[in-house]
Amino acid sequence: MLLIHCPYCGEDRSELEFRGAGDAHIARPTNMADISDAEFEAFFFLRQNPKGIIYERWRHIHGCGRFFNAVRDTVSDRFIKTYKAGEPKPDINAAPATDAKVETYEALEGDAR
Amino acid sequence: MQKYSIFAVVREAMRGNKGWKAQWTSPEPRKEYDVIIIGGGGHGLGAAYYLAKEHGITNVAVLEKGWIGGGNTGRNTTIIRSNYLYEESMDIYEHALKLWEGLSQDLNYNVMYSPRGVMMLSHSVHDQQSFKRHVNANRLYGIDNEWMTPEQAKAYCPPLDISKSARYPINGAALQRRGGTARHDAVAWGYARGASDRGVHIIQNCEVTGIRRGPDGAVLGVETNRGFIGAKKIGVSAAGHTSVVMNMADVRVPLQSSPLQALVSEPLKPIFPCVVMSNTVHAYISQSDKGELVIGAGTDQYNSYSQTGGIQIITHTLDAICELFPMFRRVKMMRQWGGIVDNTPDRSAIQGVTPVKNLFVNCGWGTGGFKATPGSAHLFAHLIARGEPHRLAAGLTLDRFRTGRLIDEAAAAAVAH
Repeated sequence: MLLIHCPYCGEDRSELEFRGAGDAHIARPTNMADISDAEFEAFFFLRQNPKGIIYERWRHIHGCGRFFNAVRDTVSDRFIKTYKAGEPKPDINAAPATDAKVETYEALEGDAR
Repeated sequence: MQKYSIFAVVREAMRGNKGWKAQWTSPEPRKEYDVIIIGGGGHGLGAAYYLAKEHGITNVAVLEKGWIGGGNTGRNTTIIRSNYLYEESMDIYEHALKLWEGLSQDLNYNVMYSPRGVMMLSHSVHDQQSFKRHVNANRLYGIDNEWMTPEQAKAYCPPLDISKSARYPINGAALQRRGGTARHDAVAWGYARGASDRGVHIIQNCEVTGIRRGPDGAVLGVETNRGFIGAKKIGVSAAGHTSVVMNMADVRVPLQSSPLQALVSEPLKPIFPCVVMSNTVHAYISQSDKGELVIGAGTDQYNSYSQTGGIQIITHTLDAICELFPMFRRVKMMRQWGGIVDNTPDRSAIQGVTPVKNLFVNCGWGTGGFKATPGSAHLFAHLIARGEPHRLAAGLTLDRFRTGRLIDEAAAAAVAH
């Protein structure tokens, strides 16, 4: 289960309070009726689905109820940053974790340390 | 190939089992192949097998970054059924089911296909209407599926609690008798053995790091951690990592990868006769021949390649299992694992040509890929050999997200299937 920092509430809360809401920073075309089928497909269906850094939206549905954005590594599931909706996309230069670097309970808190 | 039979077992028993040979070979890669398949799961190995067997194309390599069958083929709950709602889905899953029925004989490898019946529980009026619609659609299409009263369901699956006071009362069920389970490892190994025997190279620990293309855009081969390997055609069958591989050829696919979990209990004596699914409360359960209860949970809500998932997802499923089958409340769970599933927006698979010449893709099987294995592999081989989709897979094209011809099984099954 993820521990997520809500930038509005300013607290780390369990994933149970949040609802994932897909990729962030996808601008809805303002001329929706005019765009081509290919442009609509790119806007509506195609996603980067990165193995590494992803920019995504979350909603603190059982808290303040607000949408915010997050930067997360999809290999380790570690959050790098969360920030309020409307703020510019941060320039994160982190390299994605390799499989060997994934942090487990045993490595961090368990007997193995 | 060493043929397996009762006589072989007896002969080897007399010789101290010293005569068994490796089931497939591990050759060094050639400089070039007619076809390279990226991904050594059931779908990829099966496609190589059918390419060699039915299309006479034997200069084929299957490249697998880990070990064969170590991805989703080895991480699922082995449920087989074909009771989908839409014709495109029924076509391919029923094609697969028909192949499952003869697969052990075809491969000379016991895949332990067991048509013990897949029962889908109905808990509400909405469930009842939806399942009856499925039953009718299936029967009109020639696929077995039947509606059962709670009493009939209880007779078929005695552990079921059909009392009115149950936490999740059951008001009926849909049963596909030909549905069931199979042994997942045997599927990968059986296809690998059959393909290897026909000259296919199975190359494990070989990760594709790039796809090289010529001036006309057509594929030339793949860069791997074992060097460049040329290919006239490439088939991508990489499940959760399809987006990563397709990005190497600058093709974007409408996929989202996320973890799907499953777990097994300690082994019990035979107690559970069929597969039971409840879409509404999200529980899938069957009992393996080894005696473990095999339980499928849901997907996490976020994209991930971590092959693990949240504990709340499996406790949610176990809560439902304990309510439906109170006798399992004190059973201990033994192992839990996650696989990375590639879901499409309409929850139907993609199999077809891509904008890149001689690059073919088979992906998007999401949470239901195992049951499709033989059918998908058979039709993927046809696609690669002929360059155009088989009639039964004609609807699963990549461009349907542009044309709008979606196959909306997401709504039809109401849950990950």
